[in-house]
This record gives sequence, structure tokens and C-alpha cells, in this order.
Amino acid sequence: MKNSYKTQNIMFFFLLLATLLIVIPVGLIVVVIIQKGLPAINWQFLSDMPRQGMRAGGIFPAIIGTLYLVLGAMLFALPIGLLAAIYLSEYARENLLTRMIKLAIVNLAGVPSVVYGLFGLALFVVFLKFGASILAGSLTLGIMILPVIITTSREALENVPQSFREVSLSLGASKWQTIRRIVLPNAIPGILTGTILGLGRAAGETAPILFTVAAFYLPRLPKSIFDQAMALPYHLYVISTQVPNVDEKIRYGTAFVLLILVLFMNLVAIIIRYKFRKKKKW
Amino acid sequence: MVKFEIHDLNIWFASTHALKQVNMEIQSNEILSVIGPSNSGKTTFLRALNRLNDLNTNLKITGAVELERRDIREIDIEVLRRKIGMVFALPLPLPLSIFENVAYGIRVHGEKKKKVLENKVEEVLKQAYLWEEVKERLNESAFMLSGGQQQRLCIARTLAVGPEVILFDEPCSGLDPISTAKVEDAMVKLKEKYTIILVTNNVKQAARVGDRTAFFLSGELVELDKTDKIFTAPQDKRTDDYIRGKFG
Repeated sequence: MKNSYKTQNIMFFFLLLATLLIVIPVGLIVVVIIQKGLPAINWQFLSDMPRQGMRAGGIFPAIIGTLYLVLGAMLFALPIGLLAAIYLSEYARENLLTRMIKLAIVNLAGVPSVVYGLFGLALFVVFLKFGASILAGSLTLGIMILPVIITTSREALENVPQSFREVSLSLGASKWQTIRRIVLPNAIPGILTGTILGLGRAAGETAPILFTVAAFYLPRLPKSIFDQAMALPYHLYVISTQVPNVDEKIRYGTAFVLLILVLFMNLVAIIIRYKFRKKKKW
Repeated sequence: MVKFEIHDLNIWFASTHALKQVNMEIQSNEILSVIGPSNSGKTTFLRALNRLNDLNTNLKITGAVELERRDIREIDIEVLRRKIGMVFALPLPLPLSIFENVAYGIRVHGEKKKKVLENKVEEVLKQAYLWEEVKERLNESAFMLSGGQQQRLCIARTLAVGPEVILFDEPCSGLDPISTAKVEDAMVKLKEKYTIILVTNNVKQAARVGDRTAFFLSGELVELDKTDKIFTAPQDKRTDDYIRGKFG
């Protein structure tokens, strides 16, 4: 008896240790970035163009560029992802085609982001002649986050109880009316959560925008969707490795802004999910 | 008048033969009780009438169900389901307000006028004996109601669409005796206007409200007769055993 008690305590210790090993690095990253980046943050840093070869001035165009890219990725990926999810969860029967589609989505989620970058370069930049542009970058990011949006939307749709569908159909509603009036409204929080998580990922990725949109140094705002743009993750990469003698403060300040942007998006997703759970009544 | 005619109806779910060679007629404005142990095919039979079985994949049907001498497969499915309403085993309000639950069916059929919707909602809530209890709080969530109230709400919601037939699938299985009595009262009153088919696990309920009673066992229709006759002098020994509670 005593022995098993001891074993349990040892196991408990290791489990706790493993958990702490996850928490500590995350905490350290956040602390270091806040500590070194926060002093750089002021209105000028957020709203000014970079100057002196990015060694001074602000990161305004990179912030705006990232926001454009995220918005563009959402405009592209949300409608397509949602429609695909509705098809897969509500209409598709289990057969070879749908199994292949599902397999493709899973594999799409596992493709390294740099491969998306190359794909975007080949398809959007070169073949469709968009050039290195916000359009090409947004589409590339959009394709990258499609699997996340499809998977989470499908889960959200499938979590709406089957009985609601039966009730609606039994009242003479058509299948589409049932989806639009009953299924979708109850799945929206889950869909939004997935979308925002996907966008958070899009905001932080460097590889997909490397060849498709990112400008090394462009101290002005993009003029159209066919223009190049700066973006936070790429800017961070550039000032950290490509430009000598950049003040540490600027680098960590950029990382801080990127981190806050992504954390903020995740926070919004968490709040939506939390509110939904409280409101859920079945 | 004959409402339904069912000819040689067989239903399979994948390899399970759920309903076997069922033949029967259902009269207008009667309450037909359907009894039988679980897995006897009662619910499958009920869901065959409004084609709700069609939601299952791997479904195979032979034979025919005719509604007023028309094969139900020839009737537009939304029209069919408007004519044949259904109340489910558990109270299943939609995640909407009380008002919107009742108005849902009329709305999906294109009614937009607020006044028409309001009048209809009031009318059917009265028919389901719920109006007095909810008239002050129509905009509250339907989930705020008690189980018995929710079930009467579901009846009102079904009535709002203007059906000719109402299918009840064990409507009192989750309710206490008082709520059950209220739902049964509502059913008996509704008989004047509607044809009612009541699937129930409660043999006494079948005896209380049914004009005729059908007994299903293992997917077969064993016996169908006047309720009095089924409960006093059943022709088949299996019926006798079941209503005496020897199995099921």
C-alpha cells in the first residue's frame, strides 16, 4: 500500500514538472519581450515610417501591411472555408470523393508554411501575374489557414444537435432553410473562434509572405492591392538578421507589437467562446 | 374517411430489417395508439409517415405509404411535412424565444406580416393550453419553460403550420404525471380537427386516449383493432402477453 502511494507521488511530481516545462518557456518569452520591447513603444514608434535604413523611426507600414494581409486572407478564406465546411458537414455523403477531400484538408494543414510561400510565388505571383503584391500574399495566407477554418467550422456545425435539424425539417423547412436559420446561427461562435485563430497564425507567419508580398524596405503605405507591403514578421526578420546595427529596442519593440497583435486576436477568440458557453442551453 | 393507406411497407437500415410487411389503414380524426416494446419498429413506422427516416443513410424502403390515395413520395417533401406535423419524444424547443419557436414554421413558409404571426401564435398556444402561462413572456428563451410547458410549446409549434395529421413520438416519456395529463387532454381535444398517431411506451396511455391501438413486435404489425378490444380480448397471444406486462 505504502509503496503505491509513493509511486503515485513520484508520478505526480513528473507530471507537474512536465507541465511547468511548458509554462516556463512561454512565460520567459513573454517576459523578455515585454521587458525589452515595452520601452520602445510610443506613439511615434507605432505611427511613423521607418527611417535611416530601418535603424530609426517607426513600424507603421509594417503594422498596416500585416492588417491588410490578415484582412485579405480572411476575405478569401472565410467564405470558401465556411462553404466547404457546410458542404462537408451537411450535404456530403460518406464516399470516396468526400474521404479524399477530408484527407486533402488534413494534409493541407500539415504542409510547411514555406511550401505555401513557394506555391504562392508560382501560382499567384508568376503564373497569374499578380506580382509580389498584397493580393498574392493574402491569397497565399488564405490558403494556408483554410484547413484551420474548414476543420473548426465543421466541428462547430456538427456540434449543433441533430435534433434541431429534425425539428426544423419536420416543420416543413427545407434543408437550406434549416441550415440558414437554425444550424448556422448556433455554429457562428465556433466558426468565428476558428477563423480568428487562423488569422492569428496568418499574422505571425513569415515564410508564406517572403516571396509573395513582403517588401524589404518600403517607407510608405501600399497604394493598392497590387502593391508590395511591409509586414511585421518579415520586418522583424529583416532588422534582426539582414540590417546591421539595429538598436535592440527596435527589434524587441517590433516583436512586442506582433505578439500583442496575435495575443489580442486569440483573446477575442477566447472571449467569444466563453460567452457562447455561458449562453448555450442544451 | 381513410387518411393513410400503407401497403406492404418494409424498411431496412443497413442490414437491420426494421419494419416488416406492414399493411394498415388509418382513419381521419382518430387517435391511433401504437404500442410495442423498444426496437419493435414503432418509431420507424411513425417516421416513415413524414419521411423523416430519409435522413438516415443506408435506408431501403419497399412498399408504399399513401396519404389520401397519393403516394407520399410523389408529394413535395416540404408540403408533406407541413401536412404531417410531429411532436418528438423529448421536448425539443429550438434555441429561440417562445414566440419565435411557434412562429418558426410559418416564417419558413414565407409569412412575414407581424400581425398574422402574432394572431397565429396566440391561437395555437391557446389550443395547446399554454397561452395563459406564457402570454406575459413570449420573448423569453423557450428553454426557460418547464419540461411539460416545453412539450406543449412543441405541440403549439406543430399546430402553427396547419397540419392535417399529428405524429406523437412518446410525447410524455420525459414528463411527470400532471404534465402528462395536460398533454393527453390536449391530444383528445385535438382529435376533432386532426388525425393523431401516438407512439407510446405507456400501455395505459394508449388505453386512455386511443380510439384504435396497433401492437408492433420486432418490426411486425401483430394486431390492430379498437382499443377496447385490444385491451379486453386481443386475438393474438403476443398482444395479450405484452399488455399484461409479461415482456417488453
